[in-house]
Amino acid sequence: MNNIKKNRLKDQAFKIWGIACTLLGLVLLAIFIGNILIDGILRIDWEFVMNLPSRHAEESGIYTALMGSIWVLLLTTLIALPIGIAAAIYLEEYSKKNKLSTILEVNISNLAGVPSIIYGLLGLEVFVRIMEMGASVLAGSCTLALLILPIVIVSTREAIKAVPKSIRDASFAMGASKWQTVYHQLLPASFGGILTGIILALSRAVGETAPLIVIGALAYVPFAPSSPMDEFSVLPIQIFNWITRPQHGFVENAAAAIIILLLITFVMNGIAVYFRNKWQKKFK
Amino acid sequence: MSEENNESIIESSIKRKYKLQAKDVKVWYSDFMAIKGVSMDIKANKVTAFIGPSGCGKSTFLRLFNRMNDYVDDFKMGGDINIDGKDIYDKNINVELLRKQVGMVFQKPNPFPKSIFENVAYGLKIQGLKDKAFLQERVESSLKQVALWSEVKDDLNKSALALSGGQQQRLCIARTLAVEPSIILMDEPTSALDPISTAKIEELIYKLKDKYTIVIVTHNMQQASRISDNTAFFYLGELIEYDKTNKIFTNPEKKQTENYITGRFG
Repeated sequence: MNNIKKNRLKDQAFKIWGIACTLLGLVLLAIFIGNILIDGILRIDWEFVMNLPSRHAEESGIYTALMGSIWVLLLTTLIALPIGIAAAIYLEEYSKKNKLSTILEVNISNLAGVPSIIYGLLGLEVFVRIMEMGASVLAGSCTLALLILPIVIVSTREAIKAVPKSIRDASFAMGASKWQTVYHQLLPASFGGILTGIILALSRAVGETAPLIVIGALAYVPFAPSSPMDEFSVLPIQIFNWITRPQHGFVENAAAAIIILLLITFVMNGIAVYFRNKWQKKFK
Repeated sequence: MSEENNESIIESSIKRKYKLQAKDVKVWYSDFMAIKGVSMDIKANKVTAFIGPSGCGKSTFLRLFNRMNDYVDDFKMGGDINIDGKDIYDKNINVELLRKQVGMVFQKPNPFPKSIFENVAYGLKIQGLKDKAFLQERVESSLKQVALWSEVKDDLNKSALALSGGQQQRLCIARTLAVEPSIILMDEPTSALDPISTAKIEELIYKLKDKYTIVIVTHNMQQASRISDNTAFFYLGELIEYDKTNKIFTNPEKKQTENYITGRFG
């Protein structure tokens, strides 16, 4: 009798501990967001979004950084998408399971764990100097594309792997070649999963600061980029720059910019979740 | 040179009596020997049933005829398999073309997550056929052959996944028929279906043998005796007995066959 009571108590105790652990992260995030909102929400208006940076806190806006982020995001997608998906298809459908493919797989996972600043150094050496792109949007995008490539590859492979084997069998048995099976069956069936992975990878890219600072992205750019070869800034760098200023006005600006950056990542994650749910329903 | 030629012509004309021929076929999965030297000839326009306990190699053997084992890691094979007298494991064989000639229906209905029309038209589309009228006509005739047309003719653009299990399996057969194969391999096509759907498929198989050579793997003894002309009994990777279905089920030569058929093991 006593023992049963004890066990029940332990059960209860663990449940409460578990809830506390789960809430810890969320509560901290909520406090942070609350703080930022108090500091910055009043600063956000159309002018803040459309203004160029300025020496005066109340006149400066995020226009150049926001446009820079959008440019970088688009170019990164254009570069990382075809390469990542092609690599994933190769690894999942074409490569024979041998030592070489195991080494490749392990190292792609390793790449996902390399600190982002190392990618920045790589980008600086290869894209900025050797390929002479300079501190341009293109160099930044190439660097970020490399950074998210492992994530894109791994998530695309998972999505392709999740397509039931019976679909492959059916397609091959109908006389389809490997490529036809990939193109007509596997890619459409895994589209939602691939998209989810890519959006999550991009929402990481949009928040990256360190590698872009290393390749020479500037905190102050007078104009929004109009071609891939232009100099640029991005939102996180703009935030970093404002936070380091002593005047209180810039702290407000930073908070406001953080709200917008968070909004972008939350929306992107939301879209990813939406596609994942929609895609899961299709197969059940 | 001419002598050799003559010989091969004679040889192939002998072979023509049989649609499918296996000669001393052995299969290994890495070190495990799944098929231990099986030879058999399968006649055209007949239904041939493979029976035997799970793991006896009958499905593996069936999948040799359209080379579906090629995708299995560590698959190795010895011996010859001929279709219409041609070695299908020859280096010069186009596997995609082979599979258009040798269709396959699987254990679990596996329609593509696409519309009914797209499912049936798939085999034709990947051959590069685009003519709409032709596709329409072939889809209709294929669905009619499996007696599915009247049930789905107004829903051709609906997802195939919305169909019932039995309808899905008939759709899969229609998909196979659409590319006009000469052989249809069926790997336990009714094991996931209810009795009424099973009866429909059996009826269909019986009708189809006028035009196609059918090889079917089944765990259902009554099914084998109902629909097949010849039956082969496999056990532990060997072909124990192969004869007229009637003979196998009423008066088998081998003790093992009798034991299996009467339900004493397996």
